[in-house]
Amino acid sequence: MAASRKPTVRKKPVKSDKPRQKKTGGISNLLRNHQQVAVDSLDRLLASAGTSALTWVMIAIAIALPLFLVLVLQNLQQFGSNIEEATQISIYMELGSSDAELRSLQNNLNGNPAISETMAINPTQALDEFRALSGFGDVLNGLSENPLPPVIAVTPATESLDQIRALVDELVNMPNVDTVQYDLEWLQRLYQLLNLAQRLTLMLGVLLAVGVALVVGNTVRLAIENRRDEIVVVKLVGGTNAYVARPFLYTGLWYGVGGGLLAVMVVLLAQLIMRGPVSQLAGLYGGEFELSSLSLGDVSNVLLLSGFLGWLGAWLSVLRHLHAIEPK
Amino acid sequence: MIKFDAVSKRYPGGHEALNNINFHLDKGEIAFLTGHSGAGKSTLLKLIMLMEKASTGQVFVNNQNLNRLSKRQLPYFRRNIGLVFQDHQLLFDRSVFENVALPLQIAGYDSREAARRVRAALDKVGLLKKENLNPIALSGGEQQRVGIARAVVNKPDLLLADEPTGNLDPQLSAEIMALFEEFNRVGVSMLIASHDLSLIAKLQHRILTLDHGRMIQGADEKAASELS
Repeated sequence: MAASRKPTVRKKPVKSDKPRQKKTGGISNLLRNHQQVAVDSLDRLLASAGTSALTWVMIAIAIALPLFLVLVLQNLQQFGSNIEEATQISIYMELGSSDAELRSLQNNLNGNPAISETMAINPTQALDEFRALSGFGDVLNGLSENPLPPVIAVTPATESLDQIRALVDELVNMPNVDTVQYDLEWLQRLYQLLNLAQRLTLMLGVLLAVGVALVVGNTVRLAIENRRDEIVVVKLVGGTNAYVARPFLYTGLWYGVGGGLLAVMVVLLAQLIMRGPVSQLAGLYGGEFELSSLSLGDVSNVLLLSGFLGWLGAWLSVLRHLHAIEPK
Repeated sequence: MIKFDAVSKRYPGGHEALNNINFHLDKGEIAFLTGHSGAGKSTLLKLIMLMEKASTGQVFVNNQNLNRLSKRQLPYFRRNIGLVFQDHQLLFDRSVFENVALPLQIAGYDSREAARRVRAALDKVGLLKKENLNPIALSGGEQQRVGIARAVVNKPDLLLADEPTGNLDPQLSAEIMALFEEFNRVGVSMLIASHDLSLIAKLQHRILTLDHGRMIQGADEKAASELS
């Protein structure tokens, strides 16, 4: 076989059975190898499920924690924006303002383009409502005159805080107006807090991401040590560094993806557990609130990111340890 | 096929393993490399495989100057050389078949062509029926034959063997050597390191002898005369 090859190889490369002279099929060979290695390295992980599971759980915790925080923040923000829509400005008129003055002010306000809705409450209505809700009926009955001012509840047409503030300034200066009250300050504080919490979550996320990469890196380092003999033999029979590294990179990828999958399941489970209490709580405040959940896009992003982190950890480990293993 | 031109190898720490080695091995030639243990046989083979680099001098394999071979080219270079170890270096986490298939897998053969070649190689070493066993279940001689099948499955131009019969009894050793001669007959160049002098003497091939890092037999004459 080899003897016939020697003189003819260069003249008839087509007939040669040497792979290096087979120019076609290089890409498909590579793809086939990738596929083979991907399946093989997943098999290996599943075969040693005990140790793999430990790594998966560690990764899952590191990913689930920031993921959960992000969801909580998302929900709080949504909650905040619900409130903002319902934000009302309450205009308290001077004590003793007449119903006519109340109506004229309301008409006046209805013409203001910055206001989308108004609701007038005269002192009698207000007292009835207060009596019904507060339970101080007897005490209130003893009052000689109605201590409550007429009130107009105004819904601003805008959501911008600056414009709302300008509106409030305008309202304060209108005739017969005593006080103007609005609840935006605490909302603003809530946003600041959310902002801060977001930053903290981001920092935590980055730290934990580094942690994930290091955990995978260390696990892959052990895998490299375990397969040292194989690496030496592969290098001796002509395996390239890329070929030797490939199974470990896939191992890292699978660790990352598996951990990410587990993290998503943990978060979904936590949501399931919290859904009931949250809607009950929202019900107590008279609102309806549905917990926003992970979308399919979120899930695929988490898996992409965790897969990437796993790959990155493996790559760092390969860079550091694999090239040091040479046949001696 | 192989040419050593004034090659010396000094290991860090000062130990001089090879001293001014000059020899060449023609295409299709078979030769034994012998000498006491520590004479430099393994080092010489390692220089050919580029597991070590020569401190001075030049090694040529297939007219390729190994000093000029880049790290990137190294794996492709090694694919043309079959290597048989004393301890056969088989992987015990896979079957005989998969062990032999490894070089083909690395070179990117499709699985059907690879299977055909693996079976041909196993047939040649007489282990076709044991392809599905784990090599750990085989005897020492059989393991060595699996190692040989792996070394030749890629049809290399050159086969190197480092004490291939070191762990075998005389009967098995003779069988292994007969196998090597068979490969040589179809044109594979071969360099076999062995200190089993009685076995080598029977086979009547060229002998290269190393002694304390110097080649005292089989070296290129011109170079040898230059030395004296």
